[in-house]
Amino acid sequence: MSEQAHTADETTERRQEERREFHSYVWGVGLALLLTAVPFALVHWTPGISRLSLLIVIGVFALVQMLVHFRFFLHIGFKQKREDLHLILFSALLLTIMVAGTVWIMASLATRMVLPAQP
Amino acid sequence: MSQQVLKHPGLNLGPAHGKDDRAAENMMFGFWVFLMSDAILFGMVFATYVTSVHATAGGPGPHALYDLKSAFIETLLLLASSFTFGMASLALKYKHGKPRLIGWMVLTLVLGMVFLGFELHDFSSMFAKGGVPSRSGFLSAFFDLVPLHGLHVAAGCIWLICLVGQILRYGLDTATKLGIMRLALFWHFLDIIWIAIFSVVYLTGLT
Amino acid sequence: MSIAGIFEHPLGRLGLDSLPFWNMLQHPTKGNIINGIIATGAASVVVFGALGLIVVLTRYKLWRVLWSEWATSPDHKKIGIMYVVIAFVMLARALIEAALMRAQQAYGLGGGFLSPDHFAQLFSTHGTIMIFFMAMPFLTGVINYVMPLQIGARDVSFPVLNSISLGLTAAGAALVMVSLVLGKFSTGGWFGYPPYTEATFSPGVGPDYWIWALTLGSLGSTFTGINFAVTIYKERAPGMKLMRMPLFTWTALCTSILMIFAMPPLTVATAQLALDRYLGFHYFTNALGGNMMHFANLFWLFGHPEVYILILPAFGVYSELFSTFSGKVLYGYRSLVMATMAIAILSFTVWLHHFFTMGQSANINAVFGIASMLIGIPTGVKIYDWMLTMFRGRVRFTVPMVYSIGFILLFVLGGMSGILLANPTVDYQVHNTVFLVAHFHNMAVPGLLFGMIAAYHFWFPKAFGFRLNERWGMISALCWIFGFMLAFFPLYALGLMGLPRRTVAYTEPSYVPLEWVAFLGALLILTALASLLWQLWVSIKQRDENRVFAGDPWDGRSLEWSNSAPPPEYNFAVIPEVKGRDAFTMSKEGGTAYQRPDTYQDIELPKNSAMGPVIAAIGFTLAFGLVWHIWWMVILSFLAAVATLIIRGFARDTTRIVTAQEVRQEHHRWIDAVAAATAIARVDENKPANDGLAQHASDGVVP
Repeated sequence: MSEQAHTADETTERRQEERREFHSYVWGVGLALLLTAVPFALVHWTPGISRLSLLIVIGVFALVQMLVHFRFFLHIGFKQKREDLHLILFSALLLTIMVAGTVWIMASLATRMVLPAQP
Repeated sequence: MSQQVLKHPGLNLGPAHGKDDRAAENMMFGFWVFLMSDAILFGMVFATYVTSVHATAGGPGPHALYDLKSAFIETLLLLASSFTFGMASLALKYKHGKPRLIGWMVLTLVLGMVFLGFELHDFSSMFAKGGVPSRSGFLSAFFDLVPLHGLHVAAGCIWLICLVGQILRYGLDTATKLGIMRLALFWHFLDIIWIAIFSVVYLTGLT
Repeated sequence: MSIAGIFEHPLGRLGLDSLPFWNMLQHPTKGNIINGIIATGAASVVVFGALGLIVVLTRYKLWRVLWSEWATSPDHKKIGIMYVVIAFVMLARALIEAALMRAQQAYGLGGGFLSPDHFAQLFSTHGTIMIFFMAMPFLTGVINYVMPLQIGARDVSFPVLNSISLGLTAAGAALVMVSLVLGKFSTGGWFGYPPYTEATFSPGVGPDYWIWALTLGSLGSTFTGINFAVTIYKERAPGMKLMRMPLFTWTALCTSILMIFAMPPLTVATAQLALDRYLGFHYFTNALGGNMMHFANLFWLFGHPEVYILILPAFGVYSELFSTFSGKVLYGYRSLVMATMAIAILSFTVWLHHFFTMGQSANINAVFGIASMLIGIPTGVKIYDWMLTMFRGRVRFTVPMVYSIGFILLFVLGGMSGILLANPTVDYQVHNTVFLVAHFHNMAVPGLLFGMIAAYHFWFPKAFGFRLNERWGMISALCWIFGFMLAFFPLYALGLMGLPRRTVAYTEPSYVPLEWVAFLGALLILTALASLLWQLWVSIKQRDENRVFAGDPWDGRSLEWSNSAPPPEYNFAVIPEVKGRDAFTMSKEGGTAYQRPDTYQDIELPKNSAMGPVIAAIGFTLAFGLVWHIWWMVILSFLAAVATLIIRGFARDTTRIVTAQEVRQEHHRWIDAVAAATAIARVDENKPANDGLAQHASDGVVP
């Protein structure tokens, strides 16, 4: 393969990559819009569903939207370097331990001490 | 080469940027680690909010204070700014030239500032309804969480202005490129925090 | 606060009554005079110490050296040394405070000589200093010095950030020192529980000193953690796979990860307390929906991982010591790595054991109690690994090794009392007694402090090019070990007898004998500190006969021993290629150590930067202004901080080149010295014959 053909090849490849990455952002925005609009609409018009199921929907949509942002805006996938992925998973684990632990402890305390911190 | 390993979170510059791409790995990893630390910070503030949401002490609660429409507009503004920053990153990576890059960055800045304007307006209308931080544990927790995010956005805006200044002063050298890429991570990260805020604070508060 | 309000009180809350002797002059009662004299004495030590330093620096024209060789240096080795210097200064202060407290308690039957307020300041500063401004700087300094050398790197990933971290820590330490002279420090203990530390109950400046000193220190530690973690992940020499890293580097990695993730809860807790105190928020107040238990939860979310931030690097040091001074490969490397990581993760799951008695359900207590006991397992694995490393080795009783053996014996004992405390039902009986004080000192002194002092002895020759005096080192080590036992074993008994911690005085005569034993222990520990300082003096005097320029005084095993002592600023003339664990031992055995490479390359190093000292100064004035409500100072410092960061963003020309020619010259000078040195056997390692070239022997064989 001649040098010139090689660069031409690279340019096309680069252009493809650019298009793919542009589409990634467009997809990201589209999905994020959808995932934002649905819970807002549900809360605004409150159709006859219970508060608990509404909260679950909000929670699930938020989690999915975070994943969308991670995937399409921060470009994090499974092709990541090992330490990057480790770090993200480890952070998620610690965040869960710390936040869930705090809520668990403080909710138990609130129940037992009749503090106004329970739903 | 589409299967190449990504060197760091965020948009990778790719081999076409030579030494800038190589320099990015450590710097971006370091900044990402910082963001993870920041995420824990936000996580603890969220935990405080969730455990104090009922501590209104007879003062106004979420229903009296939150404005769903405003929260929705703020969400759209931040989402749009994430997209415009994405375009700025692409302009940087594929060398679309300085004017386009700066254009996208300025657009992002404007969206960020409008977001801050809406947020300040929210706060002032909350104040007008008696929703001041010293009123109750709930309001203290609210004014820890949402303004903390707002301060981050404000810092991001200042950083953006400085980066535009650096582009004008030095052009797109390694330091400027890495600065833009770090700010991109920061900006997208703040948008993710905002998802948690509108879901946990505004939507949950108004159910 | 209006604009006019800013200028109405240009000195904020500062006034004559902030001086330590003011109260004594105004109300000269006997108690006030005693406390005033002690406080004034301490303040004069700070003031005259600072003045003395200024005079010495001016007299010997050292300002320029201090500025360009040290304060602005981005070199990880110099930054490491400065951290250790801070640690020693703060150690001296906190030890004297400890001795004062033990003296008060020895005389404490029905009164004693200190006022309750003064006593409370003593235990608060003692704890705050020992954790944040002694232990943290010490371990950060040691890691800073050793870790990049061990992994074959030229420096840490972000050298200027490293200097900024040092600056922030120094500013925090300075704030604690200033609190001796102006105003009073917190009386709320090292964890400053509200609502006692809220403005309602502690309206003075004390808790503010505490809040801002901690904030500065913890910011510094977060940046340090990020820096170390990135360095270990990204800057390792070729071939230095993760599972080939020396154990000390492994523990440094785990510690830095803990720093990254454990500091944020502390920042949140102190920031919220500050908002409560300054702006009338209600996070932890008694009124309007505040809840002080949030603070306990947040603080210990930080506090427990912090315990492991402190202990893990010491574990790493011991691993290196047992292996080096037994002349053997470390036993169970893989299990030690696993145990370290297990401890790092488990440390995030046990924070509730610091407040078992808060009032949550018994099930939660049980879960956290079990998790706490689980930590005993990986720690036990480590102890066995270290013992098996010594087994059938040629153990040399050098000073670091004496500390290590003292550690193993005492630490196991402390661990046992920890397992007792991890049981919530037992904890209900002994919580808030001096039993607990005995327990955590039993972990922290033999665990952390002995490890750090041993590290100081071990790596001192590497850093300064000469060995420390062995005899005074031994005296100090024995004083530490026996002083520790005398000072803290009685507290176990006193705790079981019901003596609450932090009591200034008591009415139970049966406490007195044990309190006196503990006081004698404290005096012995002071002797240990004095011998340590004397040892440094003697060693500097005798430095010429104890030089080890060749760089390997202890027949070391990892890369930090493979260059000169002290190493060149770029660490390695040529970045080493690593083929396995114990990289330097391998190259000594394979005959590839001390090479003269054919070609050298230019080395790029970061230029000196004033960022560190500037941020330190700004951080200090910002915190000082906040403590004393000097608002113009706060505003100016804040603006200065923002401006500094922006200006730094515009800095470009930040590196300089050491030419290949200079590298070659320096390297050859060292290799020539190695060639001229005689390799010595291990029996001679403490004699002047030790030039830093080791006669190598295979594992466990008499050299």
